[in-house]
Amino acid sequence: MADKKYTYAVARIRSLEVSLFNQAVIEQLLACRDENQCLQFLAERGWGDADTPMNADAILTREREKTWALMESLVDDMSVFDVLTYANLFHNLKAAIKETATEEKNPNIFFNDCAIDGKTMLEILANKDYGRLPENMRQVAQEAYETFLHTRDGQLCDIMIDRATLEAIYEAGKKAKDDIIRQYAESTVAVADIKIAVRSQKTAKSMEFMRKAMAECDTLNIELLIHAALSGMDAVMDYLAGTKYAAGAEALAESPSAFERWCDNQIIETIRPQLTNPFTIGPLVAYVLARENEIKTVRIILTGKRSNLPEEAIRERVREMYV
Amino acid sequence: MSGIVWALLGAASAVILAGMGSAYGVGVAGQAAAGVVTEDPSKFAKVLIMQLLPGTQGIYGLLVAFIALSKVGLLGGGAADLTLETGLLIFVACLPIALVGLVSAIHQGRTSVASIGIVAKKPEQFGKAMLFPAMVETYAILALLISILAVSSIQV
Repeated sequence: MADKKYTYAVARIRSLEVSLFNQAVIEQLLACRDENQCLQFLAERGWGDADTPMNADAILTREREKTWALMESLVDDMSVFDVLTYANLFHNLKAAIKETATEEKNPNIFFNDCAIDGKTMLEILANKDYGRLPENMRQVAQEAYETFLHTRDGQLCDIMIDRATLEAIYEAGKKAKDDIIRQYAESTVAVADIKIAVRSQKTAKSMEFMRKAMAECDTLNIELLIHAALSGMDAVMDYLAGTKYAAGAEALAESPSAFERWCDNQIIETIRPQLTNPFTIGPLVAYVLARENEIKTVRIILTGKRSNLPEEAIRERVREMYV
Repeated sequence: MSGIVWALLGAASAVILAGMGSAYGVGVAGQAAAGVVTEDPSKFAKVLIMQLLPGTQGIYGLLVAFIALSKVGLLGGGAADLTLETGLLIFVACLPIALVGLVSAIHQGRTSVASIGIVAKKPEQFGKAMLFPAMVETYAILALLISILAVSSIQV
């Protein structure tokens, strides 16, 4: 009967899913003349609050806060969402290492809605107090910090941390009791590996580089993917065509932005079955990811409008919606 | 045990088991209904009907128990002197609604939760949504019918 714990929460989420943006709403947003009109449209749809400044960052930040506040009101043990915040948490580590080592100060480089905010991360690194970090971060934090201090190679530091992020997500997926977390973890790691292979192929990176950057997952054979990337883009596409990520090969053949969009759509495809699941925490996790996707899509549109990109160029980058 | 004890045990089983099933079904559907009403109070009437559907098994159990109790004379104040065989017959006659009531109410509750999800997203599909949990009711009604026929036909 444990799966009935979320009956109330799932029913609330079902009601809230009605107000998620579907493709038709995204089309309306795309049809807006400029960024201001887009912001006006968002405000009319209830985005932001009465006291939220009329700018993209403030509105989108407020929307993320609303989602997490809702989850906090629905779920007792928020640790189930940890896996979703790993990317932000490890980003904070990256940013803190660079800021501590270079002693430069940059505003707004940290995410504050994860287990360790920017200020705390800076303190931990300044005092080399790695014990305060989660267990899966300690070793990589120490290694990446020392590597950056000695080599000043920002990319190497990023690769080490990115791989640790993927490994942390994969581990969390393996340990998770809920199917949705397992599927999310697998999909995230596999898509990240494919992205690494594609980008490494385009920039002619070595086998050693790819081995350092990629993390193991169940649905891809890393060694085969690395060898394919070394042989050329056609080999990558051939390899992907034989896996469950065959659509990625087609997107890759179409255009780079179609491929990026496919990567993001993978997560939506993974969570879509939760639309018909009346029990378990699955629909809640799916809602958080759907909101993230929605906010990301709106951000892409707003940025495109701000840069006066043609509608078609923006549309190509727009992600598939959950509902 | 004498016959009257078995007869009473049958009546009690019908009320207890079918009632437990209904309590669970109405409870779980009520949680889902509350979730929908939190976000959209205008759907109260629709989700309330969905919540009540699994409640019928408890009523069926009560009905069979009344008939059984009346049959053995417990309601009138003068209990009949039942043989062990007659008592057991009444006990067995109460089992269909007791067991089917329990299981069907649990499943009807779960189906109601799923249908409340339909109402949350597509309130205009209320009629179709209500049919899914109503289907489960069929089996509770069949069990009720057999329990009533069996209890009524036992000669005391």
